[in-house]
Parts: sequence; C-alpha cells; structure tokens
Amino acid sequence: MKAVKTFGLILFVAGFFIFNISFFWSSYELTPAIIKSQFSNSDKTELFIKQSEAIQNQLIKSNFEFVSKLDELFASVNHYYLKLYGVTEKEIDALVKHSADNIFSIAAIDLTFSVDHNITKQKNKLFKDYGGWLAGQQFSSAEELKTQLLSVSGKLNEYAIVSQFGFDRYAVRDLKYSLTKASALGPVKSNPLLFLLVTIGLSVLGSLLYIFPKLQLPSGIKNNGIFFNVMKNVQWLGILTGTWLIAFYVILYFYPEYMTNWVLMVDPVSELISGNEASRFFLYGFIYTLCILVMGVRMIIHYRHSKYQILRTYSVMFFQTAFAFLIPEILIRLNQPYFDFKNIWPLDYSFFFDNRLDTLLANGGVGIFMLVWGIALIIIAVPVLVYFFGKRWYCSWVCGCGGLAETLGDPYRQLSNKTLKFWKVERWMIHAVLVFAVVMTGGVLYTYFTDASWFLFFDTYKLREIYGAFIGAGFAGVVGTGFYPLMGNRTWCRFGCPLAAYLGIVQRFKSRFRITTNGGQCISCGNCSTYCEMGIDVRWYAQRGQNIVRSSCVGCGVCSSVCPRGVLNLEVKGEAGRFGTPILIGNNHVKIMD
Amino acid sequence: MIESVSLPRMTHVVIIGNGISGITAARNIRKQSDYKITVISSETEYFFSRTAIMYIYMGHMKYEHTKPYEDWFWKKNKIDLLRDHVMKVNVQKKSLTLQSGETVSYDKLIIATGSKSNKFGWPGQDLQGVQSLYGYPDLELMEKNTKGIKHAVIVGGGLIGIEMAEMLLSRKIEVTFLVREKEFWDNVLPKQEASLISRHVRSHHVDLKLTTELKKIKGDGGRVTSIETRAGETIECQFVGLTAGVSPNIEFLNDSGIETKRGVLVNEYLETNVSDVFALGDCVERTYELPGRRTVEQVWYTGRMMGEVVAQTICGAKTKYEPGPWFNSAKFFDVEYQTYGHVGNTLKENESDFYWEHSSGLKCVHLVWDKTNDQFMGINTFGIRMRHECFDRWLREKRSIDFVMSHLAEANFDPEFFDRHEAEIQAKFREQLVSHSI
Repeated sequence: MKAVKTFGLILFVAGFFIFNISFFWSSYELTPAIIKSQFSNSDKTELFIKQSEAIQNQLIKSNFEFVSKLDELFASVNHYYLKLYGVTEKEIDALVKHSADNIFSIAAIDLTFSVDHNITKQKNKLFKDYGGWLAGQQFSSAEELKTQLLSVSGKLNEYAIVSQFGFDRYAVRDLKYSLTKASALGPVKSNPLLFLLVTIGLSVLGSLLYIFPKLQLPSGIKNNGIFFNVMKNVQWLGILTGTWLIAFYVILYFYPEYMTNWVLMVDPVSELISGNEASRFFLYGFIYTLCILVMGVRMIIHYRHSKYQILRTYSVMFFQTAFAFLIPEILIRLNQPYFDFKNIWPLDYSFFFDNRLDTLLANGGVGIFMLVWGIALIIIAVPVLVYFFGKRWYCSWVCGCGGLAETLGDPYRQLSNKTLKFWKVERWMIHAVLVFAVVMTGGVLYTYFTDASWFLFFDTYKLREIYGAFIGAGFAGVVGTGFYPLMGNRTWCRFGCPLAAYLGIVQRFKSRFRITTNGGQCISCGNCSTYCEMGIDVRWYAQRGQNIVRSSCVGCGVCSSVCPRGVLNLEVKGEAGRFGTPILIGNNHVKIMD
Repeated sequence: MIESVSLPRMTHVVIIGNGISGITAARNIRKQSDYKITVISSETEYFFSRTAIMYIYMGHMKYEHTKPYEDWFWKKNKIDLLRDHVMKVNVQKKSLTLQSGETVSYDKLIIATGSKSNKFGWPGQDLQGVQSLYGYPDLELMEKNTKGIKHAVIVGGGLIGIEMAEMLLSRKIEVTFLVREKEFWDNVLPKQEASLISRHVRSHHVDLKLTTELKKIKGDGGRVTSIETRAGETIECQFVGLTAGVSPNIEFLNDSGIETKRGVLVNEYLETNVSDVFALGDCVERTYELPGRRTVEQVWYTGRMMGEVVAQTICGAKTKYEPGPWFNSAKFFDVEYQTYGHVGNTLKENESDFYWEHSSGLKCVHLVWDKTNDQFMGINTFGIRMRHECFDRWLREKRSIDFVMSHLAEANFDPEFFDRHEAEIQAKFREQLVSHSI
C-alpha cells in the first residue's frame, strides 16, 4: 500500500509538472483571419490588421514575447488615433483666439474645428462633449482660458479618443487574452484532450491513489505529524505551494492572456457541457470543482468515523458540482442566463450590477424567477435558516468558498491564528468589508435607476471597480486561497467575506445554534482551538463550561471531532439559556465568576 | 513629632506549582481580591496543559498550542510567575528557600506540586533510554531518547502507558506493552471493557503482553539494550517507558512540619495542619472520606475544583471541597471512554449490572445499580458520548436504574447524524432483565 501511495505521489507530481510546463508550450501566429474572428468593430479591425503586418504569419515562440508584441500593437493603434484626433496646442491657441473677451463659446469650437472635414468634425464633436460645459464662462486672462482648455484636451486624449476609436484597458485585456488563445499553435492546441489527461487527469489519478491507502488506517482522528510536516506547518513546501497559488490567482484575475494554454485544454469539456469554447473562468471552475471532489474524498476518508463530517462533505461536493459548475453551464446551453442558484449577495457582489440585472430582466419568466430567487436568498433564506441551523447551513454545507476551504483547505486548518489580537482585527475587517459591499451596491443601484454616476461623493463605477479588484479578486481569490498554506484555510471567510459577516450577525443575535460543552470533562488540551479553522479559541469556553456562541463559527464540527474527551457538541435547541452563565460541573456551591 | 504611618502590606499568596490546581487558585484569587500572587514553578515559564504532552510529541500540536492563556495574560492580571524550584518550606518564618538561593516570604501558601512517576527499584531503571512520562522535561527527554530507535517496551498498563504506546506508534516505533493484569487496566475497568480495550490496543499492532511483569532492564555502555520479564523472556529494545502510576511530589516538605502521608494531609477546607498553608491537586491526601472517591485523586478536574475552592476560602468565603459524584474520561487510541458515578472492576455483593456491546466491538455501555433498591450507581461508556449534566443530576437525585435506562437517549452527547443505539440497548436490557420495566 505504501507503494501505491508513492506511485500516486509520483503521478501527481508528474501531472502537475506537465501542467506547469504546458503553460509555456505553444507558439503563436497572428493572422488577419484570427484578428477578424476576435474583433467586432470593422474600422478597428482594418487598422489593427494593417498595423500588425510586421508580426503576421510569423511564428513567435513564447507567450511572453507574443503578449508584449500585442501590447506594442495596441499602443501603436492608440497612438495612431491620438495623433489623428488629438487636439494640438495650435488648435488650443486658435480656440483662445476665437474667444472674444476670454469668454469661451460653442462658436469658438465651430470656428476652430470645421465640420466640413471628417477629422475636424470628429474633433469638433469630441471637444463639445468634453469642453462644452465651459461655454459662456469668462476667464480673467487668455492664459487662464488656455490652461482650462489644455486640461480638457488632456482628458480627451487620455480617455475619450482611446475608448471611442482605439482600445481602452478593458478592451486591451480581453483582446490580448482572446487573440493569444486564438493564435496559439502547438501540441496543446492540437491535442487538448491529451494534455488535459496528462496534466489534470494525471494529477487527479495520482491524488486518489495517494489518498485511498488511508483507508487501511483505523478510523479516528489521525493528525499525527502535522506540525512536523513541511507542507502543513508553513515550511518550505507550504510556502512554495502558497506562492504557486498566489501566482495562479494573480494570473487568472489580472494577466489571463498568459494562461491561455490551460484554457485550451478544457475547450473540449466546455463544448461538451455548454457548447461554447472555454473561458478562463470555465477552467477555474473546472479545476475548483475537481479540487473539491478529490479532496472531498480525502476528507471523507480522513473523518470517516464521523457521519457529520461525511454528510457535510458530500453536501459541499454536490453543491459545487451541480449548482456552481454544471447548472450554470447547462443554462447557457439552453440560452438562459448564467446563474448560480446558491450564490448569495453580498458574497456574489455583482448580483445587482446593471449588466446582470439587464440580462435577468431581458430573459422573461426565467430571469425574473432568478432575480426573485436571489433576493429571497438574501432576505428570507439567510435569516430563517441561520435561525434554525446556524450559519453553517451555508458556510460549511453549501458555499463554494467554504467547500474549497473544507476540502482542499482542510490540511491547513491548524494554521489560523487564535490570538485575541487577530480576533479584534477580524471583527473590524469583516464588518468593514460588509459596509463597503453595501455602500458599493447602493451606489450601483442608484446609478442603475438614476443614470447618474456620482452618488454622494464618489463615482459608483470607480467604486465597483475598486471593490472588484481589491475584494472580489484580491481578497477572496489571491489572499483567500493563496494564503491557505500560510494563514489557514478560512482567511477570506474569517476576515473578508461580507456574506459571512451578515450570516454571523444573525447567528450571534438570533439563532438556535450553539456549541455546548460537556459538564466538567474538559482537560484544556487545546485540540479544539488548534484545529478551529476560524481561529476561535474554543478551549477558552470549553474549560469554563460555557456555550460557544460566536458570529464567526461556521459549524464545521471539527472541534467536536478532535476532542479526546467528548466535550463539544454542535446543537440546535431553544434560545433560552443559549448565552447562559458557565455551567462547569464542579464543586458544590462554587460558581464560576467572570 | 511626625508619626510614621506604615501602610498595611498587601497579603502575599504564594503558590508552588503552575499546573491546573495552582493556576486555577491563582486566577480565582485574582478575580476576588487584589492580593499579591506569586506562582513558582521550575517546569515551564507559563502554564500549559500537561494532558496535551502526548499531542506535542505526536505532532498534533505545538507547545504553544497547549497554553490555555496567552503570555500577556499573567502580567495583565498581575499574577507574578517565578521560574525557580522550591527546596524548603519554613513554616515558622513563613518563607520558602529556592534553588537560586533566594527566599520568598508568604502570608498564605498553596502547595500544588502535583505528582512524580513511580519507579519500583527495578534493576537498570536509571539507564539511559529508560524514563517515565509526566511533565514537560519528560517530553524533552523522550524526544531525545526515541530518536532513530526501532523498538520500545512500556511497563505498566495505565492511562499514561497507553498514551505512551500511541505516541511511540505515531513515530513508527514498535511497541511491546507489559501489563501485570489479566486484561488492560482491569484493576479499574470491569473485565468486559478491559477486554474490549485490550483487543483495540492489539488492533493497533501493539504487542500487548498481559500478566507479564518486568524483572530487569539490561544495558550496554549505560544505555538500555533489552529487558527481561519475570517469565524469563528477553525483549530487545532501545527505549523503556515506566508508566506504573504516579504518587504525590512532596519530598521537599520532609521536616517542614507540614504533615504528609502518601500526600500532603488536608481537611475538607484543603488546609494542612499548619495555619495559612493549603494544599491542592495531585499532591493532596484527604484525611476524610468522600463517597465513591479515593483519598488521593490524580485527575485534572479535581485539581481545578480544589483551586476554585481554596480561592474562595483564602478570599474570605470559607468553602468545603465537595466534588460531587465521580466522573472521568480518557481516550484509548480511537475509543473514547467516559464514566459517571461508580462502576468498579468487580461487582460488590449488593450490586447488579448490565453490559451492552456494539457489534463493531468498539462501543459499549456498562451500568451498575444497587439491587437492594434499584438505585443507579454508575455507568461506563465507550465510543458513545454521554451528557455529564444528565448523569450528574441522576446520580444526585438517586434515580433508579429503570429511570436511567428509559431516559438514556436524553443523555446522548454524540454529534448530529451519528448512529444511535439506545433502542438496541434498551431492548437488550428488557430481554435480560425481565423483572425491570423500562
């Protein structure tokens, strides 16, 4: 059996190695046909094709080189339009000259930019859009007027021209990704299924072979050697793994154009399920689901003496596979909106974004149902289910982030910090994110209904962008998973998830759920606190016989599982006595004092 | 003339020992008073949970995880920690002589020095690689003694012995376990449970040798190489764990005037024969009887309770030590054990019992009652968690066995979704004891 385990490890390492190699394993050739297939605007297409002649039909060996060539291309196209439509200083001077008494007017724009000429006609329009608001204002001097007009032309050059005629940064990011993916040539492109098998396939097989021999050990808590393990105790392998995960998330969210080879591998799978070629988030969802399934098998074997742990793990495996992965893809195949029925705002922070609301509203009954369902989850399911079961119904039974934390992340649960200081930081941070999410969403809805992009004192587009980058991608993704081997498996859930904050507030103040302690049996050994992924110092309560009622508790039940004396139990019962005074069974007539 | 005013000096409570007893006393005195509190220990700087020593060795936890309070706690609560060893107590001068040569004077003294491991004068017991397991230094020694070894022998079948076996196996060291009794721990457990545990121990590939006693430990160049049993068998080994119980750690009190027998003798207020000197925890021997309890009890929670009690007394609310019905718990490899009330290893004349074992052989319950009046006396439960609060109440209320059997489900403390066995247990009870109605 040891041989099987070793063989499994070898397969996993081999698969993972090929996966990493395949990241680089393509050449790239840009052709006019590819450009046409990825561009929607024909004006830009022609220019882009013309500008890219130098690299067309030429084999470029590495993705880094190819992407940097694309960067240059986009810059040169943008530069071309800036030159074409950019307002020159000479024209500014003319505008000043046409402004009698330093009063700026629309007439000055018309006099400077003739509407008879195609290019000046465009400039005329652009300047009216961006500088029209200055009309009628009188300036104290020609210099002052010029300064003001230069600032307008600066904005024009910076934003308007690039987004109207050239490529703004969003377009550049999307096109770099899609062009790179479409231009790839080589083994991965020609044999995606083969590569899928020898990378992810081999890793999955290897992992299972590594995991199954654990069945030979007697069932029960088997935490031997965890704190001597180079993977599970922030030693070199753990740090390396964390670094890899962080890099993966940074590439996924911010530099997807480099990971197109990986996406190519799952194209056949995506086509099979939704009929479309894979996006990078399909790849992510695919790997994510496999991680939950494979490590879920490990979790079930590891805790096979506990039916609570087994059922809970089946539950997260099911919700990830069906609700998060398959159903949304099948909805796409059925020409319905992509929708994850178990994702709840504010974790699903873009639920109220205009594009998503519009999609749902444009899809008739099904879309309306989804909208109502999503809102019902927020205002009915969360409070009602938390009241009856505690926040665990979501966090450790249904949620995708929780699902990954409880399976892939389980080997790292002991790394959460248990100090009082971290508890204080946690409470500030998670509630701040909740406030941020609410304000951001409020702003987005305000804009949706009024069309005004300024809400109070901020720009709602900017705010949602900041939220998406720092909370949605940075915190939930990069830190959330990348920090598993460094700070434990629930860093996001504990410090950042706004939904966890909301569920936690309900759990803390209005719920039947609590962890009870068993009389005087606690021996303060500390297993419960050590293995609490949320960093709750469970022992502090257990050793004084006090119920554990904490907003952060996700009800994973591991404290109860690892307790050697049968002290802890997750229970739901009447609210009376939930916050009761400590009832340590001890000496007669001695009451525990605070 | 100016009158010199001397401020009333703050009462100084000195506690010898930073285990659960001494620390509980310190914490509870702090909650109720502003006395100056000093805790002296030579073992570790901070309080840690000695019950978790095995988990440090096995890599389940690090030493810092075993500290129930963060290091800032002591300063914040003005509990002074002194890392030193008390050599002598002078009750006339109310002072202590420390190993460092310092003296510390006290107004109230609490002795909470715990236990030391028993050694019965076996030949070779002081060889390198031979040790007991009780405190932190033993853990460090065991780490050193077991480095790179293949085979270990454990002598003495109690709770520490089985922990040591589990520890050694976690490092892939083969274990031979010498137990004097017919079944593991059958001087405490009834034979059914003792046999269940013996089987479980063997299923973990421990070479359990029952009715086997140690004759001598042999060595070469100062280090253990083998042991010889009374029956004449020689077993090669590089490590010998001596786990034949513990006894109060009180030698330093000889000639102090504080009366001791097996332990420091105390009355029901935990006072010794010397005024202002109290004793707590493992090192104590009660001079009075408590039903169902031995006069020397070396368990975690009695130490904790005594700490709470003595704090009340020292802070002015004189309180008797009344620990209530006996309970305890342990874990033998993968099988959890809890006991409430009295279940002896053999039945007394007035006692009757009922035993149920699950088909897996890893779960059982054993209930004992007084057959003269059907009063429930106690329960052993293996592999099924039970609610302390229920059994404590039923024992205090002197409930009948029939009541307990029919309310068994209420006492279940297993996690949600676990298999429940009450119906099966009750059916078997009805079948075996037709005269009872449950």
